[in-house]
Amino acid sequence: METKENSVADAIDNDYKYGFTTNVESDTFAKGLDEGVVRAISKKKGEPDFMLNFRLKAYEKWLTMKEPAWPNVQYPKIDFQNISYYSAPKPKKKLASLDEVDPEVLNTFEKLGIPLEEQKKLANVAVDAVFDSVSVATTHKKKLMEVGIIFCSFSDAVKDYPELIEEYLGTVVPIGDNYYAALNSAVFTDGSFVYIPPDTISPMELSTYFRINTEETGQFERTLIICAENSYVSYLEGCTAPQFDTNQLHAAVVELVTLDNAEIKYSTVQNWYAGDPETGKGGIYNFVTKRGKCQGEKSKISWTQVETGSAITWKYPSCILQGDGSVGEFYSVALTNGYMQADTGTKMMHIGKNTRSSIISKGISADHSSNSYRGLVRVGKNATDARNYTQCDSMLVGDQSSAHTFPYIETGNSSLQIEHEASTSKISEEQLFYFEQRGISRENAIATIINGFCKDVFKQLPMEFAVEAQKLLTLKLENSVG
Amino acid sequence: MLEIKDLHSAVEGIEILKGISLTIKKGEVHAVMGPNGSGKSTLAKVLSGHPAYEVTSGEVLFQGKNLLDLSAEERSLVGIFMGFQYPVEIPGVNNAEFLRMAYNARLLNEGKDEVDPLDFDDILQEKMDMLGMEDKYKERSCNDGFSGGEKKKNEILQMAILKPVLSILDETDSGLDIDALRIVADGVNKLNGDDNALILITHYQRLLDHIKPDFVHVISGGKIIKSGGKELAHELEAQGYDWLTTAN
Repeated sequence: METKENSVADAIDNDYKYGFTTNVESDTFAKGLDEGVVRAISKKKGEPDFMLNFRLKAYEKWLTMKEPAWPNVQYPKIDFQNISYYSAPKPKKKLASLDEVDPEVLNTFEKLGIPLEEQKKLANVAVDAVFDSVSVATTHKKKLMEVGIIFCSFSDAVKDYPELIEEYLGTVVPIGDNYYAALNSAVFTDGSFVYIPPDTISPMELSTYFRINTEETGQFERTLIICAENSYVSYLEGCTAPQFDTNQLHAAVVELVTLDNAEIKYSTVQNWYAGDPETGKGGIYNFVTKRGKCQGEKSKISWTQVETGSAITWKYPSCILQGDGSVGEFYSVALTNGYMQADTGTKMMHIGKNTRSSIISKGISADHSSNSYRGLVRVGKNATDARNYTQCDSMLVGDQSSAHTFPYIETGNSSLQIEHEASTSKISEEQLFYFEQRGISRENAIATIINGFCKDVFKQLPMEFAVEAQKLLTLKLENSVG
Repeated sequence: MLEIKDLHSAVEGIEILKGISLTIKKGEVHAVMGPNGSGKSTLAKVLSGHPAYEVTSGEVLFQGKNLLDLSAEERSLVGIFMGFQYPVEIPGVNNAEFLRMAYNARLLNEGKDEVDPLDFDDILQEKMDMLGMEDKYKERSCNDGFSGGEKKKNEILQMAILKPVLSILDETDSGLDIDALRIVADGVNKLNGDDNALILITHYQRLLDHIKPDFVHVISGGKIIKSGGKELAHELEAQGYDWLTTAN
């Protein structure tokens, strides 16, 4: 392919010549980003005009913005012209059996207690008739369709439900919200879409794991979940198994909307590759914008996250409490080890009357890592009788790590009640010796202490997820204590 | 049961124990006394396998096997229990659950099945009644926010649950008021039979009024400078340690 800058746009403008429409040519764009690339992505995906306009506006906005410098993290400057912004979805290489999987990966699966058939799926081994993930997913999808729930890839949603996308996309995270959200809005290629119709309780937890689209969603993922009046859904993202990716920068956007009396519970376990534990090289930069809007009265959005991976994590799952009496919750466990850096927390924006929010944040830092909690509670002038409870605990493992807390409170009226509690503790050698003296292994001791520290968050997770998350933390800390 | 031969130990390069020799047989109660900083607590930690205490020379045999080869966890599993002078607080870890973990670790080591929380509650309740402990001990986090006396009682509760072969109680009497001391001592007496042994590390005579030692050893400067029967404790109480340490 040509190296000159506009090669991709040229290619698109000359469909015939390069045969893009028949999809036989190269399916990855040349590196670089300009308006032509944005148009090309939209065209490639066959999007309606409103999507193209959305992307173009976002791109224009992005050009005027600067990368945020305020997070408490350090990394070399990202060259946004050195990224390819479109790669046609291609199935991952299938392996014939688990024997072909890296033994190190299998070892981790083993320790996490992931069932064998599930290991195969995670490692992308072709599954046998006993456990056909596609058929499982299809069965699930059928069951969901029966009650009118839409759960599909973002691309499919743009084709099949354009009116829903047009109505809600960008209403929670506006295109110009922040640098990475603007970039995502311009160039995202796929993600997930969920719509729960009124008066519907989702009959199962929706998991990205069971989404039929098993291809890579790429580094700019987009998720939109809408929960209509009197409905409920619990959504799970990610998994405890370690995930590798050739893309270093991940800038996803997740938008949630709840109408009157609706509730969304969104749980994440993130275990992206964190880079070389000795040098921190090669890890994922996870710059994510997650936000939910409690649009309706008495609606509720609850974020639970267990963040254990990525070289750099920069994310603040937030709630806009617009409807009167709405409730926002944020439960977080963020573990950093090696040379990881995490700057994470939440924003609770109280707009409606009688809105309530609670924040429980547990930060664990080990080795040379740095772990920051950053939280904002903003109470608007009409948000009378708003209440917030914040509890922010840090645990240090070893003496090379650091923990930081940046709580911000902005109030526009005087009728609010805010409680803030914070603590810092340490897993000490003396504690571990105490367990060992009682015949309890070091491994169990660490697991028990960490589980005790995190239990307020873990109990928010679906059961199996909680068990895996607990094992994951223990696994990560085994070599860090003492 | 336990044979300590010329044991030397150092912490961060500073030698604390300078040649301790002591033999303990089944059914015996040994009191180890001595002034502050003499090495009493160090002896307890070395025997229980604390990683910060390095054994520089000497030998310790427990039931004929080399104890120093075993990790702290393994030593616990073969029946060595230490009652901590300063029990560590473990916030967020339920006390009953902690005790059950310790109990189950033993069962697993013996090739038996673990007990579930309900069955364990019966075992626990019996021991708590014996020690006159209230239900709140089950619900609270292990040692977290316990008073000094409560922590010591909790140590004895653990001893009762684990039924050790050799118990080393490090200053168990400190922080206990008279009533609590009597209850704890009664508990220890009930637990101590012909098949196990006890090392009481204490600064004062008063614990020995309740738990009668067969032997009393005085440690000073990292060595045992005098051994005798329980009357030695009375002499110490009357005269302090000075007459021994200066005479040495």
